[in-house]
Amino acid sequence: MLDRIGPLRDGAKASLEDALGLGNARRVEKNGHLAIEAGLITDASAFASARPTAWQAVQAARHIGRPHALDIIARAFDRFQELHGDRAFRDDPAIVGGIAELAGRPVVVIGQQKGASTEENIERNFGMPYPEGYRKAMRLYRLAEKFHLPLVTLIDTPGAYPGPEAEERGQAEAIASSIHRMTRLATPIVAVVLGEGGSGGALALGVADVVLALENATYSVISPEGCAAILWRSAAEAERAAEAMKLAGPDLLETGVVDALIREPAGGAHTDHDATAAAIKTALVAQLERLTRVPIADLLSLRYERFRAFGAIVEPGTEVVQAPPMPWWRRALRSPLRRGRR
Amino acid sequence: MLFNKQLERRWNVCQKCGHHFKLGAAQRIELLADSRSFTEIDAEMTSSDPLRFVDSKPYPERIAAAQAKSGHRDAVVTGDAAIAGIPVVLAVMDFEFMGGSMGSVVGEKITRAAERAFAERKPLVVVAASGGARMQEGTIALMQMAKIVSALARLDAAGTPYLSVLTDPTTGGVLASFASLGDIILAEPGALIGFSGARVTSETIGEKLPKGFQRAEFLLEHGFVDQVVPRTQLKERIAFFLGAFRVAGQDLRWSL
Repeated sequence: MLDRIGPLRDGAKASLEDALGLGNARRVEKNGHLAIEAGLITDASAFASARPTAWQAVQAARHIGRPHALDIIARAFDRFQELHGDRAFRDDPAIVGGIAELAGRPVVVIGQQKGASTEENIERNFGMPYPEGYRKAMRLYRLAEKFHLPLVTLIDTPGAYPGPEAEERGQAEAIASSIHRMTRLATPIVAVVLGEGGSGGALALGVADVVLALENATYSVISPEGCAAILWRSAAEAERAAEAMKLAGPDLLETGVVDALIREPAGGAHTDHDATAAAIKTALVAQLERLTRVPIADLLSLRYERFRAFGAIVEPGTEVVQAPPMPWWRRALRSPLRRGRR
Repeated sequence: MLFNKQLERRWNVCQKCGHHFKLGAAQRIELLADSRSFTEIDAEMTSSDPLRFVDSKPYPERIAAAQAKSGHRDAVVTGDAAIAGIPVVLAVMDFEFMGGSMGSVVGEKITRAAERAFAERKPLVVVAASGGARMQEGTIALMQMAKIVSALARLDAAGTPYLSVLTDPTTGGVLASFASLGDIILAEPGALIGFSGARVTSETIGEKLPKGFQRAEFLLEHGFVDQVVPRTQLKERIAFFLGAFRVAGQDLRWSL
């Protein structure tokens, strides 16, 4: 087992790019990955004039008929066995998780669960986890690592629950610890933002080697309403706040927060759960196929680098430093055919 | 009537009632670091405006105003220091600068501080004072949580001590990341410490919150901080823990 991460080993990038099948288009073509790549959007310019507004994305991401974690798990995974409880306090219904098979490969899958009706939403606390939800997730992370199972997380939450019981039980500590565990978890991790990526409560499941999102998903530091209430002093300005915070899919590609977007069926994910789940499955299978071939030590160094790169700072004597518009890990996700031979 | 001079001499602690007023980064460093031991690093780093964010004012104007008001380039000051003779890397946040909010600069400076502590095998001491992530940098601000925690996780695995000090206020994304991960977590008396703002919480349940909710003593009672330490005793307490951990290290260095 790994007990330390050194600087990125010489050749780690090369070994990943190699594992990602770059420069080996024929093999990729043969096992069908070409079609998979066609379903992923890795460049915001793909939207051209059809780029949805931030507010459209917010509404689509919150649509009550949108496929939620269990809808996706039931369709994209086989033989799901749910595991319950954090072994300390209770079972949080806002986070579901367990063991399932993804195209024949056993994996640990964890997701935030919203309801499809008001009643269900009350039961699921509208997808807002309590600390024990994150502690359940951490227990499952450990299972994944211990038994060498890849980890898939499905993110869909307005945010971690802000109530007094959550504070008493250490909401902040639970999120911080969950992030901490993920940064060094010695197994491949793919995260998919299904709907709302609400702040720290979303990031607690989001420290992955590859972060994907459905086309209309959002990911933001605070809800548009919360941001509007603080900066514009009126929750009615939520639409403007959403636009300003750059929380929609194409923005997330540009900032590098998300590596690739998964196309939704025309009309949005809520119109066709089967097709949405199929697109997610193809993307997950392809990413795990690649990630499981990278040595764990390299994977952890690359995960460190992925998150280390975020920031927009200016220092004297240097140019404006920003996250590169097309970081290498996203280049590696692009179609091998478009990339050509190295 | 309290006179500022009197307060300053007592590190902004009221002599009558013991109330801890906020302390700026410069004074905090003077409080904790041995005389003339502090050398600032990354002093000139400032934030660019990655989202070209405009609310009632453009973000760069807000930064400029905060710089003029606080005398700092952003919401954290980092550097090498000695605490009771023990060399440390010290990071101190300043609430005066845009509510101590965490954007790219706070993220980068604390990450570098943690990486420096890792490379030089020196303990890391971080004093938090923050409303949370900086909205004007959107998800890039959110990602700073993962960035800092990644560096802290390396430090943790290397067996290098990390002490977190929570001051008034420590909330949101700062508490939900590095501030909650100290080997030892100390808090100042009466400091507001919580995940969500008290207003949000009170609106969520539609009733008033109990007295003392989200105060340092509340967190102590619920098991999320090790000690509530008055400001005047903070330095010696930090020195005690650093000394104890130092003894445990090999060769008087922090073990890898």
